Amino acid sequence: MEQIEKPLILSSSPHFHSRYTTEKSMREVACAILPAAAAGIWIFGLRAFFVILLSVTGALTSEFLCNRIMRRKVSIMDGSALITGLILALCLPPSIPFWIAFLGGVFAIVIGKQVFGGIGQNIFNPALIGRALLLASFPVFMTNWTPARGMAIDAVTTATPMALMKTELFAQLPPLGQMVLGQIGGCIGETSVVAIVLGGIVLLVRKHIDWRIPILYLGTVFVLAAAYGAVKGYSLLYPVYQLCAGGLMLGAFFMATDWVTSPVTKKGRMVYGLGLGLLTGLIRFFGGLSEGICYSILLMNILTPLIDRYTRGRIYGVRNKGGEKA
Amino acid sequence: MKYPKRTFPGGVHIKDYKGFTNSLETVEAEAPAKAYIPMSMHIGAPSRPLVAIGEEVKMGQKVAESQGFVSVPAHSSVSGKVVAMQRMPIPSGRMVDTVVIENNYQDEWITAIRPVPRESIEAMDGAALQAKVLEAGIVGMGGAAFPSHVKLAPPEDGKKPDVLILNGIECEPFITADHRIMLEKPERIIAGLKYFLRIMGCDKGVIAIEANKMDAFELMVKLTEKESAIETVVCREKYPQGSEKQLIYTITGREVPPGGLPADVGVLVHNVATAVAVADAVEYERPLIDRILTLNGDAITRPMNYRVRIGTLYGDLIAQNGGIAGETAKIISGGPMMGFAVYAADIPVTKSTSGILVFSEGSQVLKREEEMSCVRCARCVDACPMGLEPTTLMKAAKKSDWAKAKDYEVASCMECGSCSYQCPSMIPLVQYIRLAKQYVTSRDGNGAVNPFLL
Repeated sequence: MEQIEKPLILSSSPHFHSRYTTEKSMREVACAILPAAAAGIWIFGLRAFFVILLSVTGALTSEFLCNRIMRRKVSIMDGSALITGLILALCLPPSIPFWIAFLGGVFAIVIGKQVFGGIGQNIFNPALIGRALLLASFPVFMTNWTPARGMAIDAVTTATPMALMKTELFAQLPPLGQMVLGQIGGCIGETSVVAIVLGGIVLLVRKHIDWRIPILYLGTVFVLAAAYGAVKGYSLLYPVYQLCAGGLMLGAFFMATDWVTSPVTKKGRMVYGLGLGLLTGLIRFFGGLSEGICYSILLMNILTPLIDRYTRGRIYGVRNKGGEKA
Repeated sequence: MKYPKRTFPGGVHIKDYKGFTNSLETVEAEAPAKAYIPMSMHIGAPSRPLVAIGEEVKMGQKVAESQGFVSVPAHSSVSGKVVAMQRMPIPSGRMVDTVVIENNYQDEWITAIRPVPRESIEAMDGAALQAKVLEAGIVGMGGAAFPSHVKLAPPEDGKKPDVLILNGIECEPFITADHRIMLEKPERIIAGLKYFLRIMGCDKGVIAIEANKMDAFELMVKLTEKESAIETVVCREKYPQGSEKQLIYTITGREVPPGGLPADVGVLVHNVATAVAVADAVEYERPLIDRILTLNGDAITRPMNYRVRIGTLYGDLIAQNGGIAGETAKIISGGPMMGFAVYAADIPVTKSTSGILVFSEGSQVLKREEEMSCVRCARCVDACPMGLEPTTLMKAAKKSDWAKAKDYEVASCMECGSCSYQCPSMIPLVQYIRLAKQYVTSRDGNGAVNPFLL
């Protein structure tokens, strides 16, 4: 008989594992953000690149220091802090002082993520926590919009399409083609619809995100904008402008879909997307702000556990939650 | 001709590794020098030994009888002498009384294997056929090892199943035993299915085959062309398509209620290899003393499908195959998704051993990275074929929140391993869920008592 000297490995099944890991996935998500980041640099110039660099540096440095202080395994290589830093930078204005961009990265990681216990434990989207804190602390810097390259040359600051729509200055809106390409005022990564959708398609095809969240989010905003526009007697293009303007595209594909802070059930994701759309519509049409993505997502993050509880999936052989038997 | 491929919700796509052995004809393994016949190769009461040390036994001789209804007899797979009665581990790790028979290599049958006259088979009623199945010691050969005669009790009036499914899915990676039996003995499978239908008074039989075995499917379609009661169906290649509940859903759209049996929804499922064993039992009165299994894994130099006598030690089979290449790290009895890791090679092949997989230390297949925090990606939720939330169950188990685990139907988990396979954070979800299941389904039922101390 075959003799085996060394003790065999004993473990319970399954003995197989897919090659798919969180780290690999994070790397792909980071790559999917690159088109939007590249578009931002192309539109707003090299300064945008340094804003991104500093936000990412702030995020990675604070992740490393938190790991050290809490005596945990250093997790800067798992890619999640990199993504937080990148996404935060994309929703900062290109003119933001570098030190504020760095501070935003620190806020996002320390207050948005590490105080909750690190990856997977946070209640809110860390990048948006960073943005919300910056918005509250430095409102002037956070709403100072520089024009895109190729726009009116002598302009120092410009109004974003979002603000123009809020104040009903439709005549000053840039043409739709410019909106889609992103040659408009706004945050670094939010203006180019083309680049964002490109990254979004990568995420959808590689199954990193569920289509339910972005589609329902965008769909709800579109329908609400169409209704609001109809009541107000705006142009038929109004809902299209609402989709392309501001941080909606970036938020719908890259922030609302964050695994940690969105529901795990399929039904829950639909409710979540719908809720996001309603809140954004409410803020954009009736609120004091011209933009509503950041707060909509943070508010829906709070509801995620509740949504998960009430949207449990159908279990084989069991009619519904609570063990009611078929 | 194109056939629609059916399937079920959830599940995972796993590389099947069947290419090593799916085109290799089954080889008759050498009979072992000693056959180790465990008294418990099935679910239910153990069999009671009928022989004493020193007694001469013949091939096919009953060496143990069934005790109770959910139990089966065991037969000697060799001719020779009983040399010992000892406690030995079976693949699940449980210690079981085992009859050890020294082989005299005469292969002398207790009664010669010859066909039973047609007329006497035709004269048998359901109960008589069922008795033949019991006599032959047949259990579910797909892995569950549930005594087949129990499932083949002729039904009372109005309770007969309307569909009988033959499971030829074999969704575990590496294993090709059922694939080979479908290619090599398709007529015997159909014959067995007809006896099943006769016993149960059922009018419809479905042979279900996974899409990675199109050769077997096409062959079966050809052979059942003129059988109006038998339909052959191809299912999409997905794990765990071969799971009884998922297969029933795929074929009939029905769902077995928790704690219920397929019979509750008018369905009966048997494995294709079991059908062959039943046909042999009825037509030749041949007891179940051997089975087909796949020997594979990166430490096996010549992957092979073997017809092996029950009671052959894993190590004996591996040795005649040419031994192990390199350092052995893990031996799995069954498939890599639901099989058991065994702690030694001196474990006997039982009636439900569908495969033996030997992996070396360097095997990519066994590589595991460190467990990380759950990132709520919900891949496990999408993968669960039962519609459970593995991540929620895992978190409940970590917090010893058994009430929550119960509320989220932890008992419905069949431990197929799809969630653990899929988890990008390398969390051993099934293992946590098993723990919760133990607490929730223990006698106490509320998790107040540690089931491991009961």
